[in-house]
Amino acid sequence: MEQALPELASVPWRQRTDADWLRRWGRIWHGWTLLYTVPFVLAAAGMLMLEPLAAPVAIVALAHAWIIPELYAFRGASVVRPKGARNAPAEPRAQGLLGDLLAHEERDLQRRTGLALERSGLGVWLVGEAGALLVTRGARRVHCFCVRATDPELPPSDRVAHLLLALRVDEEGFATVANHAFAGAPWRVRRRLPVQMRPALDAARAAAR
Amino acid sequence: MARLIRMDGTGHTTLAEWTERDDAAFAAAVSEFQDQTELGYIGTVPDAPGRATHVRELPREAELVIMRRPISGG
Repeated sequence: MEQALPELASVPWRQRTDADWLRRWGRIWHGWTLLYTVPFVLAAAGMLMLEPLAAPVAIVALAHAWIIPELYAFRGASVVRPKGARNAPAEPRAQGLLGDLLAHEERDLQRRTGLALERSGLGVWLVGEAGALLVTRGARRVHCFCVRATDPELPPSDRVAHLLLALRVDEEGFATVANHAFAGAPWRVRRRLPVQMRPALDAARAAAR
Repeated sequence: MARLIRMDGTGHTTLAEWTERDDAAFAAAVSEFQDQTELGYIGTVPDAPGRATHVRELPREAELVIMRRPISGG
């Protein structure tokens, strides 16, 4: 029996995604957000100070400062959006197996939101069909990961179960195999999540505090 | 009764069932497990709440062994 995820063999060049890695990438994303936001705000303020008639251009600059972070947050939230074939005839059977893997509260939450909540060493995970969100300890940051099962014919709940089992075998290995898509404040991701998924993020934040 | 199941397009399929005392049933389950491994499936035992173990051989004492496809970054 082993506790290393076998899929790690497919990404030998990647550094293992542990708590230090997540902290470092969280800071990089924070700095990156400031880097592409602050210059637009300063440019807008400068234009207004130099020439009030430049207000329309200043507004465009401010819009850039708003829209670009929103696009990144949208990209992050999109990792857990439903994707691929629904395979409706097989879904009830897959839902039964997934339900067996979850505790009572997590099962109810998954059925309402489509996301399986999993408490683990790095924080609290929300596992979707083709991606996962990790709310780190303290609930100040969410990391968004693109990761999926390789069989496209699987019903949605089986895709979630695939990711959940891999996560339970080796959490850091799971995060290493996944592609990191975004890190940012939970409120930024929450606004871009489908409405029915937001209670899952609220629950994960509460559990991570 | 222990079960070997595979997650697939039908939801899941029961491939084999065995008891600790039934050698023939366990041997058939081992054979099925090896066939699935050769097809690229990965054996996982959900052995405790929040925990699972990757297995390369079918553990006789496990109650449930799930064959899954590999995952990859999306």
